[in-house]
Amino acid sequence: MTEVADRVLSIRDLRVVAPNGAVLVDGISLDLKRGEVLGLIGESGAGKSTIGLAAMGYGRGGCRIAGGQITLTGTELTQSGKSVREAMRGARIAYVAQSAAAAFDPSMRLDRQIIEAPVQHGVMTAPEARAWMLELFRALQLPNPESFGLRYPHQVSGGQLQRAMMAMAMAAKPDVLVLDEPTTALDVTTQIEVLALLRDTMRRYGTSALYITHDLAVVAQIADRLMVLRHGKEVETGATGEVLQAPKADYTRRLVAEREGSLRPARGSQKAGGEVLLALDRVSAGYSGLTILNDVSLSLRRGETLAVVGESGSGKSTLARLVAGLLSPAAGRVTFAGRALEGSYRKRGIADLKAIQMIYQLPDVALNPRQSVGETIARPLTFYRGLKGTALRDELRQLLALIGLPDDFADRLPGALSGGQKQRVCIARALAAQPDLLICDEVTSALDPLIAEDILNLLRKLQDELGMTYLFITHDLSVVRRLAERTVVMQKGRIVEDRPTADLFQTPQAAYTRTLLESVPELRQDWLDDIMARRAR
Amino acid sequence: MTRVVLVRLGWGLLTLWIVSVLVFAGTEILPGDVAAAILGQNATPESLAALRETLGLDVPAVQRYFSWLANFVRGDLGQSLTNRQPVADLLWPRFWNTMALAAYAAAVSLPLAVTLGILSAVWRGSVFDRAANVVALATVSLPEYFLGLLLILLLSVHTGLLPSLADTYDGMGFLAWLKATTLPMIVLTLVTVAQVMRMTRTAVLAVMDQPYIEMNYLKGLPNSRVVLRHAVPNAAAPIINVVAFNIAYLITGVVLVEAVFNYNGLGRFMVDAVSKRDLPMVQGAAMVFAAAYILLNMMADIGAIALNPRLRHPRISES
Repeated sequence: MTEVADRVLSIRDLRVVAPNGAVLVDGISLDLKRGEVLGLIGESGAGKSTIGLAAMGYGRGGCRIAGGQITLTGTELTQSGKSVREAMRGARIAYVAQSAAAAFDPSMRLDRQIIEAPVQHGVMTAPEARAWMLELFRALQLPNPESFGLRYPHQVSGGQLQRAMMAMAMAAKPDVLVLDEPTTALDVTTQIEVLALLRDTMRRYGTSALYITHDLAVVAQIADRLMVLRHGKEVETGATGEVLQAPKADYTRRLVAEREGSLRPARGSQKAGGEVLLALDRVSAGYSGLTILNDVSLSLRRGETLAVVGESGSGKSTLARLVAGLLSPAAGRVTFAGRALEGSYRKRGIADLKAIQMIYQLPDVALNPRQSVGETIARPLTFYRGLKGTALRDELRQLLALIGLPDDFADRLPGALSGGQKQRVCIARALAAQPDLLICDEVTSALDPLIAEDILNLLRKLQDELGMTYLFITHDLSVVRRLAERTVVMQKGRIVEDRPTADLFQTPQAAYTRTLLESVPELRQDWLDDIMARRAR
Repeated sequence: MTRVVLVRLGWGLLTLWIVSVLVFAGTEILPGDVAAAILGQNATPESLAALRETLGLDVPAVQRYFSWLANFVRGDLGQSLTNRQPVADLLWPRFWNTMALAAYAAAVSLPLAVTLGILSAVWRGSVFDRAANVVALATVSLPEYFLGLLLILLLSVHTGLLPSLADTYDGMGFLAWLKATTLPMIVLTLVTVAQVMRMTRTAVLAVMDQPYIEMNYLKGLPNSRVVLRHAVPNAAAPIINVVAFNIAYLITGVVLVEAVFNYNGLGRFMVDAVSKRDLPMVQGAAMVFAAAYILLNMMADIGAIALNPRLRHPRISES
């Protein structure tokens, strides 16, 4: 048992209720020792963030703490008034959000926002807070620490802003940090850097933390203990190594298996190796004078899956837009099924439009909220294939069966679907046109790991059954490994490597590919130490 | 930035020109003309024709418009057709009267409306919020002349607190002027407060839903600081827009209020000029109104752009 005096945070039987009466979190108890990091793991809706915010005595969007006790450095929060809770927040316990770009006030300089909490809480004077901020900037390895704070949020990079938010959270020297997916929005190469700095900074100042994430491999590098959550309830809790190596609960076993499975290579489609379907020959493109794609050449055979990977700004989404006809090339040739393809979709004939379909990253935004699933899928059936009446209904039913949704879903509106179901509808809509090529732009990035795996299995099944060809745009290398026979690595608008996926993973040629590959977090706990040691050399 | 201003200025001038064409065409369509208005009962076909010739009305309309435009571009507003004085000499004193009343009303109504808007956003859904909304909607739904007459009844006729007519004259003391114009000021305040208040409330609420506002609550900052230091500065652009729009309204929309209180401003000047069909006077007043309106809206647009931190503090290029 831990000594009571050693506990900085203690939660007993926490129960959080939404304004509509739904129970978000039920019966959660946890203890946090000084300097300890507890990982809260689970899918969206598991209640991870709700617990993190409740530890600060805060309920988002009218949610309230309906039961239990929260004791933070000796103060009971659920029974105390607003002023006591306000005095604790930002001073004894602080929050780090997923998106730093959204969490900073865009119209205020970084330094003013960072020293705001300690000065307003009366913990430090302004000069003291500034001196401490500079020390944090140095610890977090921000460039030009003396002048960094003079910048506005939009003037620094994403990775720097995430570290600045870390400095903002540590500004009043809190005992506990609530880290809510702090590296999820970052590119893999940036993620490692921020993760290592975050861990070292917390260790140096003995800060405890609740680390909220859906990524097991990331949390393995930083957490001493893990609590697995599902539907607002605890699934299991234990030391990080034990939970990862010998998960007790079935749900945890599935989570771990999914993460490990992501490291197995692609099985490859049986029908790959047909004629060349899509070819780009020395294509350049960009927006308003800015060149995004530079001299890109690639080809894609019928029945094949070609993955295009790269970090944000590499030009991979621009490539998808170009093939879809949303952006015209400035130079070079695009051919499709042996014929030249018009640059703009407006000039393409209906056959080309029908043949190339696209699935987007965010199914929520890609579906018209006022159109039922049936209407959404029926539209391309009528538009491209002229189906009506019984033929239309039959085809609709077959498509729903193909994507694994029951018939009665045709009458539902998108609002009544889960994220994974919405993405299935988007896939069905694309399939309705009977395309030759499907462009998949980060189609699993917004989904929880287990749901994402289902979608990937669906795409693979469709390829086997229909001989579909995929142009798969992603930043997630584990997805590439599971789905694509061939992979193109992009950096700053150029292709740096184009090889069969298995070869690429085994013997990466380009230096950038190597950096990218080794940046993918692994489940073993010493992975981060290894890679930092290797980089230091 | 300079380019933005120049482009806006160009559009403003174009709008002004279109207004001049519309006003000219509008007064041409009206039945009767200035000659008929001056001669009244004494009009005979011969005297009408003679007067029209002296006033230059026998020239085709298009030609008259272009000679007016040529003078206008040189800054000459022309001469009044009814009393043969330069339009500028008659117009500017009336314009400054209107500006004085607009400034008085703006000084009271805008700070009040913005404050009420911020407070009702902070206390969203509270009794205060709902009461402020109901009162504001009620006042904006009542026509100005009705509000004016109601206030005259309450504050002048029954209680005698304030004069019912806004009689002003040259060399009048400041306090006397304030007292004389308080009733029209109250009417203008009542009709402008609602829109500014509701737009301010909406703008602040939109910002209050942003993640960085929640972050400031999670930093333990009190409500007042979160709203005043973080929400309001980020809501400034839409607030400035609606404020400018309402200042423009206070200058250009006072016709009815000036008529009810018999105030010697540009609105009544224009009404008189229209009834006499005195085209140069109508054109002159319309141009001033339109220019004020366009200029204020343009300033609001430029102000909103200038307030955007991304434009004020451009990205530092790191090469």
